[in-house]
Amino acid sequence: MESIFGFISPKILSQILVGLSRTVILFIVSSGLSLILGVLRIPNVAHGSLYMIGAFMAYTVSHLFGGGNMGFWMALVLAPLGVAVVSFAAERSLFQFLYEREHLMLLLLTFAMSLVFGDLVKMIWGAEYRSVPVPSVFQGYINLFGGLPFPIYSFFLLVIGPVIAILLWLLTNKTKIGKISRAAAVDREMVGAVGINVSWVFATVFIIGCLLAGLGGVLVAPTVSVTLGMDHTLIMEAFLIVIMGGLGNVWGALLGSLIFGLTQSLGILVWPQFGIVFPYLAVVVVLLFRPTGLLRSTW
Amino acid sequence: MLDVNAIDTYYGLSHILFGVTLSVRAGEVVGLLGRNGAGKSTTMKSIMGIVPPRKGTITFKGTGIAGRKPFMLFRQGIGYVPDDRRVFADLCVDDNLEIVHRRSSEWDKERVYGLFPSLKEIRSRRAGHLSGGEQQMLTIARALMGSPELLLLDEPTEGLAPLIVRDLEEQIVRLREAGISILLSEQNVRSALKMITRAYVIDNGRIRFEGTVQELEANEEVKRKYLMI
Repeated sequence: MESIFGFISPKILSQILVGLSRTVILFIVSSGLSLILGVLRIPNVAHGSLYMIGAFMAYTVSHLFGGGNMGFWMALVLAPLGVAVVSFAAERSLFQFLYEREHLMLLLLTFAMSLVFGDLVKMIWGAEYRSVPVPSVFQGYINLFGGLPFPIYSFFLLVIGPVIAILLWLLTNKTKIGKISRAAAVDREMVGAVGINVSWVFATVFIIGCLLAGLGGVLVAPTVSVTLGMDHTLIMEAFLIVIMGGLGNVWGALLGSLIFGLTQSLGILVWPQFGIVFPYLAVVVVLLFRPTGLLRSTW
Repeated sequence: MLDVNAIDTYYGLSHILFGVTLSVRAGEVVGLLGRNGAGKSTTMKSIMGIVPPRKGTITFKGTGIAGRKPFMLFRQGIGYVPDDRRVFADLCVDDNLEIVHRRSSEWDKERVYGLFPSLKEIRSRRAGHLSGGEQQMLTIARALMGSPELLLLDEPTEGLAPLIVRDLEEQIVRLREAGISILLSEQNVRSALKMITRAYVIDNGRIRFEGTVQELEANEEVKRKYLMI
């Protein structure tokens, strides 16, 4: 078993790739959370619910279109849009009145909303496990570095990740709404005083953030069983990632996701029974040395 | 142009302004003078709708504006330059100007850079890295991008070196010549007197004096009691 990287064994390399494809999902969801935290200053516990709703919507849409390739592509477009509609309704009816409230109250409120969303999902989709098939174009494995099989779908995720990162960079740095939201993250009052209707800027940023949660849900759906409770596991991880990376910093979310995803997949190699502990250890270590996160926080 | 009529403003429970009345006529540069903490900034924020008054009325171009949101007032033609500058530190100079809501094309980036040529040279620098004087120019430039008819300038010379203050005074005079009405708050009375035509003196949230520059210069008591000169 020769590997091009010499001393790194193929097994480690393939675990790194597994970790990176996990990173992509974590990054997409937590960048949305971080965007909302940074600009709107809402610690949105219900963010995980939107991820779950995205996954369930992916299930519905993909079945509506017969479950094949078409079903997957339609789900990839329609489910995040569906989540955007849900978040738009939530923002206009509720969140827009709460931006000035203190964080503890927002934390409780969004936690309550995550319970409400959970029950709504149960009412609409039921409590059974659902599965979304991997589209046939991405089915199967390719052999890596001397024979280790790696799922093609994970490769697809590895491509999507950088694409989303680049799109987010363009959005925040090259578009007017991105520039306005960066200004509003620091001084929303002054943004209002130069004629910008901050309320609509916030609505847009909120929707984009939630859309990312929904997209994460769609992308994860073919790799897991879609089920109630998937929101709570993820929101924990997403919050840790965002805290580790620096609140409100989208690149911090990327860095945090990388650390989380890689320690998880490599930890399994080191100590299989306790692999799940490693990401949390990483969080502890990071916060011991960088209590405010690795990158500059907007808070 | 602007009529502030007997406004009372509070920060939470603390009562800051007591029946403040003042007016700015078209084309005028009016001074709002007073010591630190006298209520100058609060008056500015009340007019801009950032801290809306609880009592009294504010009229701009004939319509009542008390209670309107700052973004609407900006779109109606009021520019606000806060005393603590508040540039968008994360954005470059160009972007600070670009994100401003444009209500007409009367002022654009080129015209603004024409007034502040030194800003043009640093247009791609991050606003947070600029000097105090450059930030002050940027906040004025930013307010101008909305083609204001009335400019609220809150202590523009605060904390700036004398040489830069002189530049700024010239630029404010040029704004007046461009037909913009200005309400200028200042502690630095000597600097203000060069630019203004009429003045209000505020102390402890109350207007204590109203008159022309000549009347103020002649009133030793007001100057000694409220302005410490």
